[in-house]
Amino acid sequence: MTAQPEILITPNRIVGNYWHDIWRYRELFLFMAWRDILLRYKRMTIGVAWAVLRPLLTMLVFTLVFSRVARLPSDGVPYPLLVFAGMLPWQFFATAFADAGNSLSNKETIITKVYFPRLIVPVSAIVVSLADLICALVVMAILFAWYERLPDWNLLALPGCMALVFLIALGAGLWISALTAQYKDFRYLTPFITQIGLYLSPVGFSSSVVPETWRNLFALNPMVGVIEGFRWSLLGLAPDGIEHHVAIALIMGLLLLSTGLLYFRRVERNLAEML
Amino acid sequence: MSRVIHVEGLSKKFALHHLAAGENYSTFRDALTTGLSKASKNLLHRQKDQDKETNEEFWALQDIGFAIQNGEKVGIIGRNGAGKSTLLKILSRIIEPTRGEIRIRGRVASLLEVGTGFHPELTGRENIYFNGAILGMTKSEIQSRFDDIVEFAEVEKFLDTPVKHYSSGMYVRLGFAVAAHLEPEILILDEVLAVGDARFQKKCLGKLQDIGRDGRTILLVSHNMSSILQFTNRILLLNRGKIAFDGDSSTGVSEYLKLNDESNSTRNLATNVPWIGIKEISFNQAAMDKGFNKAIPFILELELQNDVHDLTVTFGITNSIDARLITAKTQIPCISPETSKIMLELPNHRLLPGTYFVNINLSTPKERIFFTEKAISFELIADNIDDPLLLAHATKGKDRHGAYCPLEWHS
Repeated sequence: MTAQPEILITPNRIVGNYWHDIWRYRELFLFMAWRDILLRYKRMTIGVAWAVLRPLLTMLVFTLVFSRVARLPSDGVPYPLLVFAGMLPWQFFATAFADAGNSLSNKETIITKVYFPRLIVPVSAIVVSLADLICALVVMAILFAWYERLPDWNLLALPGCMALVFLIALGAGLWISALTAQYKDFRYLTPFITQIGLYLSPVGFSSSVVPETWRNLFALNPMVGVIEGFRWSLLGLAPDGIEHHVAIALIMGLLLLSTGLLYFRRVERNLAEML
Repeated sequence: MSRVIHVEGLSKKFALHHLAAGENYSTFRDALTTGLSKASKNLLHRQKDQDKETNEEFWALQDIGFAIQNGEKVGIIGRNGAGKSTLLKILSRIIEPTRGEIRIRGRVASLLEVGTGFHPELTGRENIYFNGAILGMTKSEIQSRFDDIVEFAEVEKFLDTPVKHYSSGMYVRLGFAVAAHLEPEILILDEVLAVGDARFQKKCLGKLQDIGRDGRTILLVSHNMSSILQFTNRILLLNRGKIAFDGDSSTGVSEYLKLNDESNSTRNLATNVPWIGIKEISFNQAAMDKGFNKAIPFILELELQNDVHDLTVTFGITNSIDARLITAKTQIPCISPETSKIMLELPNHRLLPGTYFVNINLSTPKERIFFTEKAISFELIADNIDDPLLLAHATKGKDRHGAYCPLEWHS
């Protein structure tokens, strides 16, 4: 075995050592993500069907409510496609957010018995939620075939849009996981936050229905830029100010991630004692 | 020999009351309401009364310092709450120290529990991989030792069965098997020897001895003094968060037993008759040899005005679940006030190592003089056990045993 570097344990460990540790534990990260994916699809008897059914049913309800009842405009694309393109990032974000929030208490038995960089836990929970997004993308492709549409070159921007929503989910996920670890009752707030977020994001409707004066305020919600990005990439829809909205989303995402990291690191040090 | 662990000025403080740590509110609601009420109090009264709550703290470890050389086998002992687990958790980097520093050179594997992270829905194979990764093995290491692990755990047939269908014996066997194949330079163990049936115990102990022979450093926490003596050559005795003793194992165990001394003699010595008093009844720790089946010495000291004739002394030895194991009796023809200190010895008891209790009955042919259940307790410690079958029992750490005898057989 090769010579090991000396480990120094003091109160308030140095940060530099930390990133080195994360690299050393990269395999554990993969194992954890792999285990959670296995569990997610083993435990549910309908398995993948659930990842497909949930956005499909939501899409049907939203189409009914917003298109048939509220008669909102569809910007020239079939309303179900408009909704589903918005559902893709939203569903991923909501699942990742909820799973990250529960991730630390779910892994309590491991955290109180073994050392590893705790950051692995919420991050792997968020990565696992990507599996559902991939399933939903397959459904999107089927919907395209059903409506006999083909995406154009904008589709090449889709990975970029996915990276953006991943960034936001990561930042928000770190925040919520640290908050739930520190405050036990915070987990009751999580579903409420997601629900409010759904109303404040243009999932069931196009963001063009939001009045001009409110639109900049509206776009402070980073999911606005993300959803517009997905719709532009998949359906070629470009509402006014989309560039700004995407830029705001990126800035908000980076802000969430950097503050989330700082807060998580602070909470992480005493995590085993809090759980 | 080089230094692998160096600990200096290590202290750990726990806040007993959740509000004490100032910012560690356990619930968001409390955080909000406390924050609001403090703010309003400060506005209205400008009083600084928040310090009252922060006083409730508890130092689990205080200024601990020691160094461990490569290849040493160190036992960490102490009574419950002495700080053993806290020390292990800090060394394993699960919790942070409040003060002090620790330097560790080499790969550490800490096993505070068998089967950490096992998931009941996953198969044995999947759990081996995940558990190995959690304990710090790389994928290639797990792959190369996979067959050994499976063979050691004896679960070949059930590899692809979810572990929720495993018996508890299979479960712990698998957990220990993964850990036993870690091959770290420093191994930290917490009471994990007491797993599985006797045959598997023997295997685990053998594995542990192999690991020790390879020159690896072992830190072992146990309440079982026999296994401490068997596997360690040095002891850190913790008492109330401080190191009470640091040195060779057998002295360390004696020091530990001295800490427990108060329970070796009984407090309520009142007799039924005025003319016989009891000064002392105790287990004579100092005269006790370590080892299997050594005579157990007791002291009985009476206060007499006149001679007592035909005093019958009955010792009922029970284990921790009150099973009567031995009834030991003697009759002393005559005790005079001058010879009132009597040394008693229980030879050839064949009791397994562990903690036992003594019910004491003193009587003369005419009347009962004294009776108390669990009047004293004593601990038997076995060292250098040659019989491998006995060794497995001796290190099991349960106190529900009785006597041990070899079984003879003919064909």
